Amino acid sequence: MPVEVVIKALFILAVVVGAFAPIITWVERKQSAVMQDRIGANRADVAGITLLGLLHPLADVIKLLTKEDVVPDGANRVMHLIAPVIAAVPAVVAFAVIPFGGIYVFGNTTLSLVVADPDWGLLYIFAIGSIATYGTIMAGWSSNNNWSMLGGLRASAQMISYEVTMGLSVVGVFMVFQTLKLTDMAVAQDQTFRLLGFLPLLFGMQLPVWLDWIRLPAWGLFYQPLGFVMFLTAIMAENKRPPFDMPEGESEIIAGYHLEYSGMRFGLFFMSEFIEVVVIAGLITAIFLGGWAIPYLSQETIIGAITPVFGLGFATGLCLLLHVLTFFLKVIVMIWFQMALRWSLPRFRYDQVMDLCWKVMLPLSIVNIFVTGLVLLVIQEAGR
Amino acid sequence: MSAPVVLFYAFAALAIISALGMVLNVRNTVASALSLVVTMVSLAGIYVLMEAHIVAAFQIMVYGGAIVVLFLFVVMLLNLRHDEFPPARQRALKLAGAGLALLVLVELLRVLSVDVPEAPPLPEGFGGYAQLGIALYTDYVLLVEVAGLLLLAAIVGALILAKRRID
Repeated sequence: MPVEVVIKALFILAVVVGAFAPIITWVERKQSAVMQDRIGANRADVAGITLLGLLHPLADVIKLLTKEDVVPDGANRVMHLIAPVIAAVPAVVAFAVIPFGGIYVFGNTTLSLVVADPDWGLLYIFAIGSIATYGTIMAGWSSNNNWSMLGGLRASAQMISYEVTMGLSVVGVFMVFQTLKLTDMAVAQDQTFRLLGFLPLLFGMQLPVWLDWIRLPAWGLFYQPLGFVMFLTAIMAENKRPPFDMPEGESEIIAGYHLEYSGMRFGLFFMSEFIEVVVIAGLITAIFLGGWAIPYLSQETIIGAITPVFGLGFATGLCLLLHVLTFFLKVIVMIWFQMALRWSLPRFRYDQVMDLCWKVMLPLSIVNIFVTGLVLLVIQEAGR
Repeated sequence: MSAPVVLFYAFAALAIISALGMVLNVRNTVASALSLVVTMVSLAGIYVLMEAHIVAAFQIMVYGGAIVVLFLFVVMLLNLRHDEFPPARQRALKLAGAGLALLVLVELLRVLSVDVPEAPPLPEGFGGYAQLGIALYTDYVLLVEVAGLLLLAAIVGALILAKRRID
């Protein structure tokens, strides 16, 4: 069992930290270039081969590793040195509870494609996320620089504000799927529901059979559209990327909390931001976009269709492969979406960030919980 | 020793060391608050060993995350110095602290002298959110509502303080 866990953890680490994070630094450069009508990064080369600029992440790493690691005078040395680590570790370990594939039975062994599967999966992510705040605050405070300090203050206020909304906006999802476990949520989303199913429920009328064929995948997105928008907004604010980049605020406070960092310690902040983009995409996929589920083709359908031709073992293996690919396809779409938002929206002002959180999203998320509870109650009563 | 016992002693030692770090670190308030975070997180580790997973998650989210972040926010804004506490009040505080510590010590000695009975097996789903929710909204519903009232009072108080500033 532990060997299996280690292999899954290494796989996730290789995919997220080894492949996704470096490549999306390139994607961000190229996408911003396309959106601003430029050519973008294309100069780094090995013996004249540039690979469309894909060597730039490698050049970045070499540059960051060979730079001097400066601790400013008057800084709190210990805190200054460990702050980037505290910022980076939660970003990496958060992926442990996100399922990148379903549960498959091979003979008498069961394979569940998730590193750790506690009953309180989502709470684990919130807990890990709340620890990540300290990396930013410590970096800002320990640098002994007023701009860093302002960045740290802004980060702490922004992150605890949006943590509240982030937690409340997914309560509706918990209520719909009746679980906090991310693997169970993904299994529950591997189905479809009748779009007009509420008509017979409310009015007691019989639907013509063809209307039963209008079905949507049972994704969190369709059950909780408001929750989806609010969760995405809140978690993007937690990641502190534009349009929520108040703690960095290049044009106001230079670079905020990581102003005094150089070399690979700055690189850790930089990398953790990009890893968080992948984690956010994975989390949104698992909660709202059906996880590994292929819409309209449930696991039984796929295995049932292939088994007569190639046998059960092959069918299960193929299904596993398709599910993992589907999951990462959805993750890529969500990463692209975050990148597109980053380059199309103007930055918020600080008071606007706070107003959005406390005056718009917090009341809306409470209304969302109330309405969800009401609808669930009506369905329960009508089903009796 | 089995793994849980080793982990228990590790978390307990970490909790005690960081708690001492918080109390003794009088010159650096921020480091003191960060030691408090370490204490909270190691207590959460002990809760996990006791199968109280949800309590552990909330311990980190609420105490480790939100509350100490607020402490830090205030500490960083005010930038308190050691000499800003008047000495007389400090002596009273020290005496009160020593008295409390003595009480805790007496209670600890009393608890340690009692033989601990063998723990009964845990019921199904112990420590999960379902069990916790059922307990909170049936047996302890009065306490939940009282706590809600307390929070409401705090919100109203904060509003009044903020409004006075604006008026």
